[in-house]
Amino acid sequence: MNSKPIIPHWEHFEHDADIGIRGIAPTLEQAFEQAAVAMTAVVTPLELVSASKVVCIYCEAPDSELLLVSWLNELIYEMSAHGLLFNRYEVVIDNGTLSATAFGEAVDRQKHQPAVEIKGATFTELRVYQQADDAWVAQCVVDV
Amino acid sequence: MDTRQFIQRDETCWEIKPYGNMRVPAIIYADAQLLEDMDQKVYEQLTNVATLPGIVEAAYAMPDAHWGYGFPIGGVAAFDPDQGGVVSAGGVGFDISCGVRTLHTGLNIAELQPHKQALADALYRTVPAGLGSRGRIHLNHETMHGMLTGGAKWALEQGYGEAQDLERIEEHGCMAGAEAHYVSPRARERQKDEMGTLGSGNHYLEVQRVAEIFDQAVAKTFGLHVDDVVITIHCGSRGLGHQIGTEFLKEMAMSAAQYQIVLPDRELACAPLNSPLGKKYLGAMRAGINCALANRQIITHLTRQAVATVFPGIHLGLLYDVSHNTCKLEHHMIDGQKKALYVHRKGATRAFGPGHPDLPDVFKKTGQPVLIGGSMGTSSYVLCGTQESEQRAFSSACHGAGRAMSRTQASKQWQGRTLIEELAERGIIIRSPSMRGVAEEAPSAYKDVSAVVDIADRAGLARKVARLEPVICIKG
Repeated sequence: MNSKPIIPHWEHFEHDADIGIRGIAPTLEQAFEQAAVAMTAVVTPLELVSASKVVCIYCEAPDSELLLVSWLNELIYEMSAHGLLFNRYEVVIDNGTLSATAFGEAVDRQKHQPAVEIKGATFTELRVYQQADDAWVAQCVVDV
Repeated sequence: MDTRQFIQRDETCWEIKPYGNMRVPAIIYADAQLLEDMDQKVYEQLTNVATLPGIVEAAYAMPDAHWGYGFPIGGVAAFDPDQGGVVSAGGVGFDISCGVRTLHTGLNIAELQPHKQALADALYRTVPAGLGSRGRIHLNHETMHGMLTGGAKWALEQGYGEAQDLERIEEHGCMAGAEAHYVSPRARERQKDEMGTLGSGNHYLEVQRVAEIFDQAVAKTFGLHVDDVVITIHCGSRGLGHQIGTEFLKEMAMSAAQYQIVLPDRELACAPLNSPLGKKYLGAMRAGINCALANRQIITHLTRQAVATVFPGIHLGLLYDVSHNTCKLEHHMIDGQKKALYVHRKGATRAFGPGHPDLPDVFKKTGQPVLIGGSMGTSSYVLCGTQESEQRAFSSACHGAGRAMSRTQASKQWQGRTLIEELAERGIIIRSPSMRGVAEEAPSAYKDVSAVVDIADRAGLARKVARLEPVICIKG
């Protein structure tokens, strides 16, 4: 039986004080990529970010939920310490370790008009799971 | 949420009796309306906090409580280290020692009016706000260490501020017990160019008018009169605090099993106060508190410089500086005995009453100033600590209005540009690098701060002294 193909995408969901990010995709890796795209969209419209810089990310965690938070926090660190914004990611996950490439550029306050600064990815509404339609979902709330 | 889930103890006190794994009751200070408007998540999170080892008396929520991370925002809980008590990174929050300080200007509103635009421009130029803004101070290894151990005292030694500022800051400007060596290289890296920056989100610098006085005698001691102009700064420990929170949250979540702690929610990740990890976090978190105190001290200095360009020769004295994301060792009376407890306040303000030994002489009779930030365009309040607050919630009060609407909803409902125009019609000048940031912080996205403060007053958590109205707001 042919089911409808799952197109990788992202969305935001609501939290009282902050904002939830969610990536949905056919693979776990793509769901992680989409969650990170959703995180950038909290800060600025994605189309305003170009990919002139490349950063390599590596992290590990004992389970896929902690791995998602670790991955997002690695990106938050790069954004904060080095003043960067990313719009595209390539993620590989192997046995609890994640290696990734993030593509982006330096923050330009005129061009990006960043709405908020992200403080950290949290364990609130943290879930990584596979839906009945086989799509992977990776989500959590980020503190802004 | 449904008020029938509670036993109403008095007009403002609502209790959930212990059930399941709860070790103590959960208590919310609110009226029926505020309680009904609170998210059910506050109930879940507060009852979860009540299950943590070594918790004393009750898990408390302030009238501005809302859905937070593990702890509700507006949550207060004290732990006894001798009873296996814990410290929780989530119970302090990502923005360690986020807080509010208010400065006197000595000006009245009539003197400010003709120079409002000039002052807004000068402040916006001088105080870095928003993502991507960088401070003018660059910390090296040595100055970073000095900042992490010395707080506002260090900032003063570097030339930022006046000697008399220190006694008007909690901990007299320097948090003891900070252990800088537990602050990671990454946390330092995030901070080295961020000193003296406001940050974003709900952080701001606001020029305000004293609009109303509720307690003349206390207001006089605090130096507040109707139509006085004051300046309030709301910000925290910036990237450094966020990184400390992030790292310890993960470490505590991963080691909970090792300490036989059953977590009802991973975000409540904690470690015994007497464990190596608990002590390590306390040392790093206290360094984070010093970072926030130093940051607000430097912003104060920048504010003084900016104001002096418009009003030469002016002196800006400090009213007080409070922190509302902390865990502090304090002494409280439990069953007639003085106990050393670690009090978590997540989105709650310390509110020591009259006579408290930690207060400077000037506030010995009145209790400490409790500074409650509003949202852009709404009132802020100055309250004072009360004696009875000690019995109510370990001398704690609310910290702000609390959001009533999510950021997503707010940015759908309002446009930054329109909001700025509407506020301008009411005589409020907004300066911000981000229009969407302004929309997300729309005044109507927050609860009514006046209702929250009224309940804090009626519950005896703190007493109303003055109401402030915004004139100029610099948003991050």
